[in-house]
Amino acid sequence: MIPASFEYEVATDVAHAIQLLASSGGEAKVLAGGQSLIPLMKFRLAQPASLIDITRIAGLSGIRENGELQIGALIREADLEKNAIIRQRYPIIADTAAVVADPLVRNMATIGGNLAHADPANDHPATMLALRASVVAQGSKGERVIPIDDFFLDTFTTALRPDEILVEIRVPKPAARSGGAYLKLERKVGDFAIVGVAAVVRLDESGKIAAASIGLTNVGLTAIRARNAEEKLRGQAPDDKALAAAGAAAAAESQPVSDLRGPAEYKRDVVRVLTQRAIRKAVARAKGGN
Amino acid sequence: MSVEIGGIGSSVKRKEDARFIRGKGKYVDDVKLPGMLYLDIARSPYAHARIKSIDTSKALKIPGVAAVITGKDLVPLNLHWMPTLMSDKQMVLPTDTVLYQAQEVAAVVATERYIAADGVAAIEVEYEPLPVVVDPKKALEPGAPVLREDREQKNNHIWHWEVGDKAGTDKAFRDAEVVVKQDLYIPRIHVASIETCGIVASWDKVEGKLTVWMTTQAPHAIRTVIALVAGHLGLAEHKIRVISPDIGGGFGGKVPVYPGYVLAIGASVLTGAPVKWIEDRSENIQADSFARDYHISAELAAKKDGTMQALRVKTIADHGAFDAAANPSKYPAGLFHIITGSYPFQKSFVEVDGAYTNKPPGGIAYRCSFRVTEAAFTIERLVDVLALELKKDPAALRMQNFIKPEAFPYKSALGWEYDSGDYGRALKLAMDTIDYAGLRKEQATKRAKGELMGIGISSFTEIVGAGPSKQFDILGIKMFDSAEIRVHPTGKAMVRLGVKSQGQGHETTFAQIVAEELGLPVGDIAVEEGDTDTAPYGLGTYASRSTPVAGGATAIAARKIREKARLIAAHLLEANPDDVEWKDYKFQVKGVPAKTKTMQEVAFAAYTNHPQGMEAGLEAVDYYDPPNLTYPFGSYICVVDIDRGTGEVKIRRFVAVDDCGTIINPMIVEGQIHGGLTMGLAPALYEQITYDEQGNIQGGNFMDYLLPTAMETPNWETAKTTTPSPHHPIGAKGVGESATVGAPAAIANAVVDALAHLGVRHIDIPITPWKVQQILKANGAAE
Amino acid sequence: MAVETAPAKTTTGQKLHRIHVVVNGAAHDVDVEPRTLLVHFLRENLGMTGTHIGCDTTSCGACTVLLNGRAVKSCTLFAVQVDQASIATVEGLEKDGKLHPIQEGFHQEHGLQCGFCTPGMMMTAVGFLATNPAPTELQIREAISGNLCRCTGYVNIVKSIDYAARKLREPAEGKAPDVR
Repeated sequence: MIPASFEYEVATDVAHAIQLLASSGGEAKVLAGGQSLIPLMKFRLAQPASLIDITRIAGLSGIRENGELQIGALIREADLEKNAIIRQRYPIIADTAAVVADPLVRNMATIGGNLAHADPANDHPATMLALRASVVAQGSKGERVIPIDDFFLDTFTTALRPDEILVEIRVPKPAARSGGAYLKLERKVGDFAIVGVAAVVRLDESGKIAAASIGLTNVGLTAIRARNAEEKLRGQAPDDKALAAAGAAAAAESQPVSDLRGPAEYKRDVVRVLTQRAIRKAVARAKGGN
Repeated sequence: MSVEIGGIGSSVKRKEDARFIRGKGKYVDDVKLPGMLYLDIARSPYAHARIKSIDTSKALKIPGVAAVITGKDLVPLNLHWMPTLMSDKQMVLPTDTVLYQAQEVAAVVATERYIAADGVAAIEVEYEPLPVVVDPKKALEPGAPVLREDREQKNNHIWHWEVGDKAGTDKAFRDAEVVVKQDLYIPRIHVASIETCGIVASWDKVEGKLTVWMTTQAPHAIRTVIALVAGHLGLAEHKIRVISPDIGGGFGGKVPVYPGYVLAIGASVLTGAPVKWIEDRSENIQADSFARDYHISAELAAKKDGTMQALRVKTIADHGAFDAAANPSKYPAGLFHIITGSYPFQKSFVEVDGAYTNKPPGGIAYRCSFRVTEAAFTIERLVDVLALELKKDPAALRMQNFIKPEAFPYKSALGWEYDSGDYGRALKLAMDTIDYAGLRKEQATKRAKGELMGIGISSFTEIVGAGPSKQFDILGIKMFDSAEIRVHPTGKAMVRLGVKSQGQGHETTFAQIVAEELGLPVGDIAVEEGDTDTAPYGLGTYASRSTPVAGGATAIAARKIREKARLIAAHLLEANPDDVEWKDYKFQVKGVPAKTKTMQEVAFAAYTNHPQGMEAGLEAVDYYDPPNLTYPFGSYICVVDIDRGTGEVKIRRFVAVDDCGTIINPMIVEGQIHGGLTMGLAPALYEQITYDEQGNIQGGNFMDYLLPTAMETPNWETAKTTTPSPHHPIGAKGVGESATVGAPAAIANAVVDALAHLGVRHIDIPITPWKVQQILKANGAAE
Repeated sequence: MAVETAPAKTTTGQKLHRIHVVVNGAAHDVDVEPRTLLVHFLRENLGMTGTHIGCDTTSCGACTVLLNGRAVKSCTLFAVQVDQASIATVEGLEKDGKLHPIQEGFHQEHGLQCGFCTPGMMMTAVGFLATNPAPTELQIREAISGNLCRCTGYVNIVKSIDYAARKLREPAEGKAPDVR
């Protein structure tokens, strides 16, 4: 499998990348880790006229907690997974990074690419939905912060404008008594999800669920939020009954299709099961467990 | 002693490792010749279509494109069709219609790999889609579109094959106290060796000599096929050299001749330059020969006490567009009639009908000896269905019925003569190793709590080592195999074989056989295979035949040498040859331990001081015609746990007891079993190629064709019993495929066992989470 | 060492890019077409055929090399991306005639059969052991989950990597205790 020819440009900084993008007339693609793009190019399903390599831009692969968590778009999945801040304070992100493709792909793949590619089967989108994150885009008209709910427009389509690149992901600082978890069912290790569920909960002082947010992987045209399930949990004690209700709600609002990963009905059922399990794990973490 | 020289029974580290661990293996894609061109292939997006036009003009305009070949170009050369190994024929390139998606439509030859790919992308083909037939049952219905217009017979039926006593079997069923019936589909799968197929063809016009480096498991047979197919073009067998270099896994997929090979050879003759074709993974999975695809309906008749009496099996074999299986000529359904397995059925009848469909051609093995997995899976599943019907423990039912050790050699109801076996011993060892009784107790406890765990057994009998010349040939060539041994003056030896390793470790194990027979250290013996200019003629490595057939040839050639060496030793010892015996890997005058000669001393004398009247030198050739097949066997026990929420099956433990007769190298045998088990796991839980109604392939690359990783694969536990083959020169039976044959039923039986209390009797493989979950939901057992 | 300069354009008129890359310690300055995959660059331009190709979907890992010490799939990288980088391939494992412990491990523990996945497996293992010198069996299995083997069933590959891990720990610890 051999890609079609293309021109290659190395962006030296963000402004340069934006300028290259703006001048490409929409024919250029941004190259970060390349782990989704290059396979598409090898099958000639993508034939961009040029690639703009942004990986040499400095300062886009850091992780800082600065009122909120700021994740540089170019951080590699492997680094994200091992990062001490992530592991200790945002284990749901470590859960997610650890199940993206396989360890070798994770040595190249970036979180920014995972989001900007907008594949509903990618793992970070659901987690970022659950975390109520936002993404920072820079373009010729400057910087804007896009709430994650507004970011995924359709399969492989985001709110990024043609001359914008995703530079950072911002995640609100975890509230007290909160926790999150990402669970993924796959046909074999390294596969895209049959279903993935990201759940974040905040408990009140009595141990009831004050707020929950839930993101679903690969059961819709984009990663989707299970808003009804979130609603069902609010104010409830995290008991089996409440979890079952949330699972059923999430299953009902998921929109899977039948494919090689299984019939839609099965996937819906897995949404139900994994939603409960993810909430259970998130609650345990909210209580200080693992 | 044998350990010191590295003879039979020692775990000698592999000689071939030295180059592989350094990245110095030489695979076909590593061959680079001056001026070499690259060939790439345009393929059909349709499963059935008439080709209205092929426009190659844009491709030809690309700088670096040397030629574009279409079916029309091959017609004058009479190369647009080629014979398959099964008396069918197959298109090399179509002139009129395509019969499956990914079928070869045109070839581009260019100066670089990348340019050839650009050329393929620039070819424009206009198709007129035709009705597609993907279901072989529908293909056989009256009125189905006739796919093979080239045949005189205007339907999609390829052949009918049957064996056994039909009337007697039918009567046994009529009279039976208990009959169980099970339909099983054994899905279409692909061997997917990690190295795909490829060739470098180099035509020397001046010498009239064709040299090809090719991913083939059977280089000699390929040489003959080339001579037969292209003889009219001036290719003569003495001027065809087929080199099978290092092969990155074969498993049966590198037995057939694929159109790409023929195109590369043709392109080399046409352009006068060496031409390389290396298929990519998608092409490999989508167009190369598939395995299995058997629709089976099986019935077993028994007494109420569990005594098995008769077996009746009806099967439809989906061969795709061409019957491109690689079975021995007389056996269109391979050795499927080993289906009576480890049990003494009095009566049996098996029939198979081959059907054409709009799918890639094939019917090759997937690490199994000609349809033996289909057979072993069916009987071992059916035994469990009977156990459920009779509410008997599946282990006890097997023990009750096994062919008894004293019954060997055992003549089966379908005509095989099993050489040796002790099935009860193997099953007992497996049960003891895994603590079968303890597991059953645990299962009862868990079941009471609503947890799902299952235990599955498979006590399979293999049939390998094809084969005796009276029954076995491929394209008329008898299925012997060969060894040529030369012992050099300094006592070092060269062994050349007609078989060809694809990872089995022949350079080590065949040297061990010679070491054992000649008393030479294994390190002093070089083994060479795969070059038809130097190796003796043989049928190649597949169907676990290397050890049973070429292993026999090697031992016998070595014994011929030893016999001559004994005469030389007598000469050196100034003794009567009758007084010289082979003892402790040396020649010794009987009763005089001080008077000995080593093989090294004899070898030197063979060239420097041989007896008057004797030919100089120390070498021998043997073409071994095995008197019978060999029948390796084993008992596997698998334990699974099932997630009631997702339907996922997790293999907790898997104990494999194998009996392959005499073991040459225990380390290598264990490695073969590990690999075979993993290729048994794969179709049981993961791998399958399906097609939609339009014949579009589903799962045509490694994203969707699910080879197990280290995470899905359990930590295999192995144990062995040893029941030598009485007819094989060293008692060996072969082991390369046993585990692939035996494992799927153990896994499927374990899953069914976990769900048996819900009334489940069968689940078709691959047993995916969603299939399990559907059953759990239907029975109210889901989380 | 340096490789001779190729023409600045391909026959198809594609602009070439000069890259500087260190492979197994040797520097190369080569003009490449942007679409040249790293694996083809290694195999075709540099003639280092130990790195193999087993699929087209970034699934099998036969092409694994180390990029600045990290194991990556060289079929899913363009050579232009590794400009100024350091690459390690199977050909560089043996040093001064002495096998790397991972090579020794694969030989001793029968971790290979056909040998086709082996270079990728070994490079993955080398990259992994650098970050986790004393792995558990499960961690080894996870680490090689992006590398497919069709011959061995992985059991002996896991043992081979464990062998190398122990051997690599030896100098620091005198002998390698079983830390699992």
